[in-house]
Amino acid sequence: MFDGESLLAYFDSSLRSRVFAASHLWLRPDCQPQSSLRPKDTFALPAPFFGIVWATTTHLCRVSSGKASTSKIDDYAVIGDCRSAALVSKYGSIDWLCWPRFDSPSIFAAILDSNKGGHWSICPVHPHAVKRCYIHDSNVLETQFHSAAGRATLTDLMPVYAEAYKRTALTPDHEILRELRCTSGEMQVAIEFRPRPDYGCRSVKIRRPSPLGLRIDVGRGAYWLRSSMPLQIDDHTARATLSLKQGDVIHFSLTYTEESPAVLPALKRAPEVIDGSIRWWQEWAARCRYRGPYRDVVVRSALALKLLAYAPSGAVAAAVTTSLPERIGANLNWDYRYCWLRDASLTIRALLGLGYFGEAESFLTWLLHATRLTQPQLRVLYTVFGQIAPREKELPHLSGFLDSRPVRVGNGARGQFQLDIYGEVIEATAQYAEYLGGFDKTTQRVLIGFGEYVAQHWQEPDEGIWEPRTGRTQNTHSKLMCWTALDRLLALNDKGRLHGVPRDLFTRTRDRIREEIETKAWNDGLHSYVSTFGGDEMDATLLRLAWYGFEHADSERMTGTYKRICQQLSPADSLLYRYRREPPEGAFGVCGFWGVEHLALCERTLDQAHKAFKHLLTYQNDVGLYAEEVDPQTGNALGNFPQAFTHIGLISAALTLAEQERGQEHPAIQVGSDVKSSPMEAKA
Amino acid sequence: MNWSSWLLWGFLANVILTMINAATQGLGLTRMNFPYMLGTIFTPDRDRARLYGFFVHVGIGWAFSLIYVLIFQSVGAAGWWRGAIIGIVHAFFVLLVFMALLPGLHPRMASEQHGPEAQNMLEPPGFLALHYGGRTPIAVILSHAIFGAIFGAFYHLK
Repeated sequence: MFDGESLLAYFDSSLRSRVFAASHLWLRPDCQPQSSLRPKDTFALPAPFFGIVWATTTHLCRVSSGKASTSKIDDYAVIGDCRSAALVSKYGSIDWLCWPRFDSPSIFAAILDSNKGGHWSICPVHPHAVKRCYIHDSNVLETQFHSAAGRATLTDLMPVYAEAYKRTALTPDHEILRELRCTSGEMQVAIEFRPRPDYGCRSVKIRRPSPLGLRIDVGRGAYWLRSSMPLQIDDHTARATLSLKQGDVIHFSLTYTEESPAVLPALKRAPEVIDGSIRWWQEWAARCRYRGPYRDVVVRSALALKLLAYAPSGAVAAAVTTSLPERIGANLNWDYRYCWLRDASLTIRALLGLGYFGEAESFLTWLLHATRLTQPQLRVLYTVFGQIAPREKELPHLSGFLDSRPVRVGNGARGQFQLDIYGEVIEATAQYAEYLGGFDKTTQRVLIGFGEYVAQHWQEPDEGIWEPRTGRTQNTHSKLMCWTALDRLLALNDKGRLHGVPRDLFTRTRDRIREEIETKAWNDGLHSYVSTFGGDEMDATLLRLAWYGFEHADSERMTGTYKRICQQLSPADSLLYRYRREPPEGAFGVCGFWGVEHLALCERTLDQAHKAFKHLLTYQNDVGLYAEEVDPQTGNALGNFPQAFTHIGLISAALTLAEQERGQEHPAIQVGSDVKSSPMEAKA
Repeated sequence: MNWSSWLLWGFLANVILTMINAATQGLGLTRMNFPYMLGTIFTPDRDRARLYGFFVHVGIGWAFSLIYVLIFQSVGAAGWWRGAIIGIVHAFFVLLVFMALLPGLHPRMASEQHGPEAQNMLEPPGFLALHYGGRTPIAVILSHAIFGAIFGAFYHLK
């Protein structure tokens, strides 16, 4: 017999046992119906799993204000409509929601402070087990509650509609739709709607209930909550407790608008809207061209990435949250609800590789146009509409996730100087050109302007990709990206896609950068490249030397570098820290996938790459999502969630594995000019 | 009556009224988007509704300015303050009468008594259009007073 503690321990060791096949066998098949839109009752768990989740549910939740709150970032799933997103805990509580945009102030922020932040929970009153999943190939979340008396399924989504449909029907600006369906027996359920706008700074007045629903005026916007059952208002909170019998279904719709009259959605049409949204997502997912062995996880990552894309502008936000800690209880808490240019080349690679050309084009258009005001200089991050991200400030009234203070909004990296972003942007455009052709004259001028800026400034120290707040230095990765920028521009010129390139200047500078990296970033004593010129520290970005074609992955130098990185930066199989730090933060999600790609690019380690990839998949949460980092001790997610960079890394690694299986050239090789003359090939 | 002066200044005052409405919405004084509200009488398509509503709003305002002209002609004088007073009365008519009648006129708007329906509906304006923001009456009165003042100032009696 297991007691609660041992069950919990068993859960952690068992579920985090890194056994990919087993975790998928348990978590997926009965949860992802392949043929129908929505199963009426798909709850069929093996008894051991059931017990484990039960223990977890009763053990890990904290109860505050009548609501269960989570103690793990992995306990969340995301829903969204490509303009905003919400986090739903496995206890049926929406603990994070910012409307109308990712970076707007929150209305629910219980994830950062369960007392002050606000939430909207729908949760069984009695002890229960929980299982959840996304409906197959969609961003519609199903949470299944199972108590001794019955079963119920909670469906959460932000409805999405085809543009053609929106021209024929009234649709709300922003909506969360929740459906609770009792599938067997009876279930007593508590509902608590506790909005706390502006990161919990403001209390709200919930207007008297009318047949139209509840209205909450907040600043320039209005929220409407409609429900198919009456709610009692008390202490700025709407509540209800009800008993559901088999077949009972209740619906809730929360909408937000800054333009009146607001559209009030018809609850009777909710099932139709849910099915329509599922169909929309499934049709979108069906366009994915990846056909390799990791299809499900790649599609899940693509769906997560799509949720992080802001459809009106094409921008991709780094994450939907702020201040989820990189170390529990520490101050490594940042706001990631903005768009980092450094993610550009990998994002384009992922979108193009999966066949999402429209999304890739939108993103590239955003990239080139959003940065127009600052060109040829680029900022590190922008808002979804290309404005400079707001100044960083702290919200001292919030306690933070598991008391990880301070909670910050805005981002201080806005003023940093990072040379690598030029290479990222130019690499992204080069990849785009490889798939979809050339550029107009304005874009060509912009690209050449970036190249000229790099040629003038590449020798300067910068903050670098990891945005330390300790000052500037000569970062190897930044120099690599300067080399990449000039190399890709020359390659585009070679192919006749870019005209007016100052070839002599770019060629001379590119070769000079190569020479500098090969001499100053190489440490003979360590037999490895190092993170800064003349330094002796390792950094996972050094793996990118091969990815961008600067070095061949099998070269003696890269072999030495890879070994050194594994020695110094790997806390566990396949996981990698981005750099050494004391006390250590979590292993950086995307760096693990860079390691996989590096192994795949080597000639004889493809099997090892597959093994590492499968191992990394065991760190996704139960619905297939990753945060920024992974705690190597517990396997728990750390940092903002879900993280675009990690999912992009997963997709890129899966694409590289598939390309190498087919013997196909790596994209960086295709779009580069100097990549063939790497030391290894020169020797050959 | 000075037809050409009415046509010119009635139109221009309306354009300015529309601009002020947009500004009050953008500045967060009200959520009410009058062109959108009027346009959705004809189409549920949000973008087209705004376009249609713009023309309907300008048209109605232009017609309404005829009443201003009749008042100016009957008292034998125009002027900005007379225009502003009529504008304020006009605003109260919109807030108290037109908004109350709107759920009956608008095919896509719910009334206060409307229950959950199998069709998405638009939120009704409520008393003084307060559903669209607590400062909506201020925005409406301000914009109409400026409309009346501009029209009164520039309209020339014959």
